[in-house]
Parts: sequence; C-alpha cells; structure tokens
Amino acid sequence: MNYTLDFTPVIDGLPSLLLGCLGTLLLAICGMLLAIVIGIGGVALRDSRYKPLRWLVISFVELIRNTPFLVQIFFLYFALPLAGIRLDPTPTAIIALGINGGAYAIEIIRGGVQSISRGQMEAGLALGLHKAQVFRLIILKPALRAIYPSLTSQFVLLTLSTSIASAISAYELTSVSQRIESESFRSFEVYFTVTVFYLVISWLMMRLFAFFSARYFTYPVK
Amino acid sequence: MGSEEFVFLLIGLKWTVVLSAVGFVCGCIAGLGVALARTSEIPLLERVVAGYIAVFQGTPLLMQLFVVYYGLALIGFKLDAWVAVAIGLTLHASAYLGEIWRGSIEAVPRGQSEAARALSLKYVSRMRDVILPQALRISLPATIGFLVQLIKGTSLASIVGFTELTRAGNIISNQIFEPLTVFGIVGALYFLMCCPLTIFGARLEGKFAAASR
Repeated sequence: MNYTLDFTPVIDGLPSLLLGCLGTLLLAICGMLLAIVIGIGGVALRDSRYKPLRWLVISFVELIRNTPFLVQIFFLYFALPLAGIRLDPTPTAIIALGINGGAYAIEIIRGGVQSISRGQMEAGLALGLHKAQVFRLIILKPALRAIYPSLTSQFVLLTLSTSIASAISAYELTSVSQRIESESFRSFEVYFTVTVFYLVISWLMMRLFAFFSARYFTYPVK
Repeated sequence: MGSEEFVFLLIGLKWTVVLSAVGFVCGCIAGLGVALARTSEIPLLERVVAGYIAVFQGTPLLMQLFVVYYGLALIGFKLDAWVAVAIGLTLHASAYLGEIWRGSIEAVPRGQSEAARALSLKYVSRMRDVILPQALRISLPATIGFLVQLIKGTSLASIVGFTELTRAGNIISNQIFEPLTVFGIVGALYFLMCCPLTIFGARLEGKFAAASR
C-alpha cells in the first residue's frame, strides 16, 4: 500500500461542497412539503366513498413503495418532457422526492387519523369545548403526536435519498462531489468527506425533530 | 423493444437478484453479530456498535457504496465491482438488521431470560434456544420490510457502474430511445419482486397483531 491520502482537492472545493449542502437541504425541504401535501390529499382520497378513487390511491402507494427511487426519478425525468412539461433536473428531483415521500406519508398519516376514535371528539364537545378547540386539541394534536416519530424518520430517509437525485444531475451535494471527484480523481477522500457531511446533516435534522417533539408533543408533567 | 433487449434486461435482473441475495444473507449473519453486540450489556461494545449503526443509518446508501468501492481499492483489494457492491450492501444491511433485531430481542419479555438464567442455561443456549427464536418471530415483518428496501437499494449499484437491472435499463434506453417503455418494464420487474414480499410481510404483521390481542 503506497497511497497517500490527499485532501487538498476537498479543501479547495469546500465552498462548492457547502453550497451543495444547501442544495441538498433545499431539495429535502421542498420534497418534504410536497410529500405532506400529497400525504394529506392522499389520505382524504384513500377514505373517499368512491371505490375507484380508493383503488387509485392504494395502487399509487404500492407502486411507489415497491419500486426503487432511482427508477422512479429516471421515469419522471423522461416522462415529464413527453407530457409537455419542460423542467430543470432540480425541480424534477423535487417532484420525484415529493411523490416518493408522499406515498409513505399517506400510509403514516392514515395510521394517525385512525388512531383517533370518534368518541373522543364527542367527549370534547360534551365537555363544552368549541369545535375549533376540539379539532386543535383533541384531533390534530394527538394525531400529530402519534405520527410524528415515523413521519420524521421518513423525512430523514427522504433527505438521505436526495443523493440519488445526482443521477439526473440535480444540484445537490452528491453531484457537486462527483464533479470534484472527476476533476481530481481523489475519489475516496471526496466521498469520505461528503459522507461525513451527510452524517452531520441527518444528525442535525434528528436533533431538530427531537427538539420540536420535546417542545410541542410531550404531555405536561406536574 | 425486441426480444434481444428484453433478454439483456433479464440478465440485469439476474444480477439484481444475486446482489440482493448475497447482501441479505451476509447482512443477516453480520446483523446477528451486531444485534448480539448491541444487547451484550458490555457498555463499551454497545456504544461502539451503536455508533456503527448510527453511521450507516445517517448516511446515504449511495455514499456508503462509493466509500467502500474506492476505499477497498485504496487499501489494495482489487475486487470486481459486484463484490465491492455486495460488501457495501452487506455492511448496510448488517446495521439496519442489527437495529431491527436489537429491538425484537429487547421485546422478548424479560421473564424469559430470567427463567433461562434460573434454569442455569449459559449465554449461548439462552440466546439460541430461548430468546432468538421468539425474537425472530417478532422481527419477521420488519425484516421482510428491510429485504424489500435492500432489493430496491441494489439499483444504486448502477451509479457505481455495475450492470444490474437499472443500468441494463439505462443502456437499452440509450440504444433504442424509448426510455418510458424501458423504465416502465424495469419498474414492473422490481415491482414483481418486491410486491409479493410486501404483501407477505403485511399478512404476517396482521397475524401476529391478531395473536397478541
């Protein structure tokens, strides 16, 4: 073994790597927001009275959950232009992340909605709470509390899967690192450093989610 | 798309199955070690293994494959691409399965291990004959869920440059310029592999939930 590690290309490329981190965060945050919208909409349709609609949602969820994200992103990348929608790789990646995350969000949110029984709502009304109060305190908050752990860990997974968006050269950390690697051939050094970056990003996200959980979702202790 | 192209996809599919199988089997063996170390009640060992798990759960699989692929070459191992990818998938699987099985080992009622101790069973027998069979049962739905995750994860080997199903699809689609047909078929092949497992896992989960009610 006569190879000396050389991190100079990594240090020189640090500014663009940090910008790449911002790109990753942008992808992740937009993807999460879209996933929540798709998740809530999907749950509403999933429990609709019309059978075809229900089946549509079920097939959508199973289709997305049983195929690789990489294949989905390729498909979308080629399908959107054919449908007359011309988008840059980055917005395409956001849509793909949103669709993928949305399918998982539908299942998670549905579990939360089902965890609230009708009797609780009726009890709230019987205690003289206003309708808005019942919704906020008795339906929304416990439902959010129930889905929070699985939804946030799904979001961390979504953030990690943004690296796959490099396959269609969306602007994020992995594609930036691939550019630096192809210019310097210091593959191990570059990818090792970027792996550490991802570790920091996901660790910070988990801390942030834990902070919100402690702040908003713990029962008051006397 | 002609039959020649389809056969090329099927060869890719074969490699996807091989990668998934090797990654899962080796990952199970290593994952058992991880789970046992994580529940060993030796503080230092538990912390080291917890760190190992955190690293693999906190970084993208794609980066893990890159680091293993180039890292092994760097320390002088000249390996085929598929071996390097299989090693990467094994490490990834060992961390996830280790964490799943830690949870199920801890979910086995405490009385079970106390009873085994009272019968003066040694560690190996206590684990092999009492705890692990029960833990395995508890962990089955999550383990199958992870297997689906792993099969989908093998698609990332295509970015490292190994010709499995997804990369075979890429190559064909560049040749015949019908990306939607090709990736539609590729997606369908993945779906045919994963969906039965998903259904099986959900059915087991339902069965266990009914049994514990």
